[in-house]
Amino acid sequence: MAATTPAAIGHAVPQPRGGAVQVLRDSWVVAKRNLRRMTRIPEIVVFGLMQPVMFVLLFSYVMGGAIKVPGSGGESAYREFLMAGIFAQTVTFAVAGASAGVAEDMTKGLVDRFRSLPMARSAVLVGRTIADVVQTAFTVLVLAAVALLVGWRIHEGVLKALGAFLLLLMLGYAFSWIGALIGLSVRSPEAATSAGLIWLFPLTFLSNAFVPVSTMPGWLQAIAYWNPFSATVQACRKLFGNPGVDPAHVWPMEHPVEASLAWSLLILALFSWLAVRKYRNAVG
Amino acid sequence: MAAAITAEGLVKTFGDVRALDGVDLEVPEGTVLGLLGPNGAGKTTTVRVLTTLLRPDAGRAVVAGVDVLKEPNRVRSLIGLSGQYAAVDEYLTGRENLQMVGELYQMKPREAKARALELLEWFNLSEAADRTAKTYSGGMRRRLDLAAALVVRPPVMFLDEPTTGLDPRNRLALWEVIETLVAQGTTLLLTTQYLEEADRLAHDIAVVDHGQVIARGSADELKAQIGGERVEVVVHNRELIPTALEALTPYAKGEPAVEQHTRRITVPVSGGARVLADVIRELDGRNIIIDDIGLRRPTLDDVFLSLTGHAAEDSEEGAAKDADGSGTTTGKDA
Repeated sequence: MAATTPAAIGHAVPQPRGGAVQVLRDSWVVAKRNLRRMTRIPEIVVFGLMQPVMFVLLFSYVMGGAIKVPGSGGESAYREFLMAGIFAQTVTFAVAGASAGVAEDMTKGLVDRFRSLPMARSAVLVGRTIADVVQTAFTVLVLAAVALLVGWRIHEGVLKALGAFLLLLMLGYAFSWIGALIGLSVRSPEAATSAGLIWLFPLTFLSNAFVPVSTMPGWLQAIAYWNPFSATVQACRKLFGNPGVDPAHVWPMEHPVEASLAWSLLILALFSWLAVRKYRNAVG
Repeated sequence: MAAAITAEGLVKTFGDVRALDGVDLEVPEGTVLGLLGPNGAGKTTTVRVLTTLLRPDAGRAVVAGVDVLKEPNRVRSLIGLSGQYAAVDEYLTGRENLQMVGELYQMKPREAKARALELLEWFNLSEAADRTAKTYSGGMRRRLDLAAALVVRPPVMFLDEPTTGLDPRNRLALWEVIETLVAQGTTLLLTTQYLEEADRLAHDIAVVDHGQVIARGSADELKAQIGGERVEVVVHNRELIPTALEALTPYAKGEPAVEQHTRRITVPVSGGARVLADVIRELDGRNIIIDDIGLRRPTLDDVFLSLTGHAAEDSEEGAAKDADGSGTTTGKDA
């Protein structure tokens, strides 16, 4: 460590610009970092893919025969019905990635480093969630290919299908902010992974994702219809032209695209506010 | 000389624990203040308040002329922080880590890249620049972490136990880097539990215990506070002790202490090396064979013990708890 290069002070220290431009710029720096990490730990991406692919195969071939989709027959009916549910479940599982990632940064002291830098206060979390949504998009792409192999098809054209995927990514993005908040609140990455996933199972199963809601007891039907998750699933079935669009006279089922967007924006607004507030005050 | 760091009456409580109980500090520009104290004394909490990571319940702090509570973001662009353990992303390479920090300090990507290469070279990390930090040794990670704190050549730096857990060779190397920085004008606040480190690096020392500064001054001033120098003589065999005592009495400024089993006699003196020479001549004149003789000044360990009633370096258990607790429960580390 010879003193060849002086570290002399008095150099012009760049001043933080502030404002929206800085938020975007700093968020992109952090997103780049998280995306790089993903390429260096491909296990995370691979395991993130295995679960939904396994669900597609298990539900299609093991349970598919036992579940009847109302208003539609045919051998591939359940597989087509199922895919919207699996897609929606997959994007919401982004929660686990965000919560584990943020919790790891907390325990390794990186959040302290970031908080001591003159960067936008929201950038660490925005960058994290942006990287997560990129990973989610990749997962959905691979999953769609697997789905096509087992007999899933789109029937309403490419544009509507793209719209459905956008709704899915919106939901995933909103949910990754829930993950960010969890990651800031728990004490270890291990706890963050379980805390990020445990409530997702009831949430995704108390919905129209895997079975028609009409088969549930009445009080459960009300919950399932107003579940944010159900709105997106219903919207996707409609936009993909898949069977099993629920005819119930409930607002989120009659206007699923609007309902899905509204839920995503609501979750995004609430949890990004809570998470950024938590980050500012984080005692790392 | 203007103060680069000022803290007045900092108070911070975590539940029932009063982590900071009115801390006052002043670090003149271009000097090093060593914050010395046992685990849980309030060293890390003080650093966290001064680096904008934690809001105090009461008090005021000014760093590099900017109010920490009023304009935290301006303070952040003027400071460098290196914590108790290396806060680097282990899945990024050394170069990527430094470049990212540079960009987040609002440098242009090209400048950040150039600065990263410059720092990697300075810290002897050029060869490892494109390897992920995961493959680095503990010493290399610390160096990378310190390099990250230097990206913008900040005028004020905070190093929180920079060498805890490092082997002696790496510790020495890090000390040299720190000395170079200070020679170039950086103001530094350094926390440490190693008295040797404070003795070597710090111009001034503030001893912290239970959230308060209980003593301050240069290492020499602190040592002088608890007493002056003494001559220690180890005679060749026990039979010589009475004669030796007799010979030493004229030089003694206080009661001599005798340890029979080690044959060691300790006599408080004044007059420094000249007295030592006189004592040697005197003992020689009386044909007293000595195994060892020396002039001893009190160490910072003595100072610490007399000030706090306990040693600076706590048990292994305490140190380990401090090191890994800081990530998740710094509140309690305090």
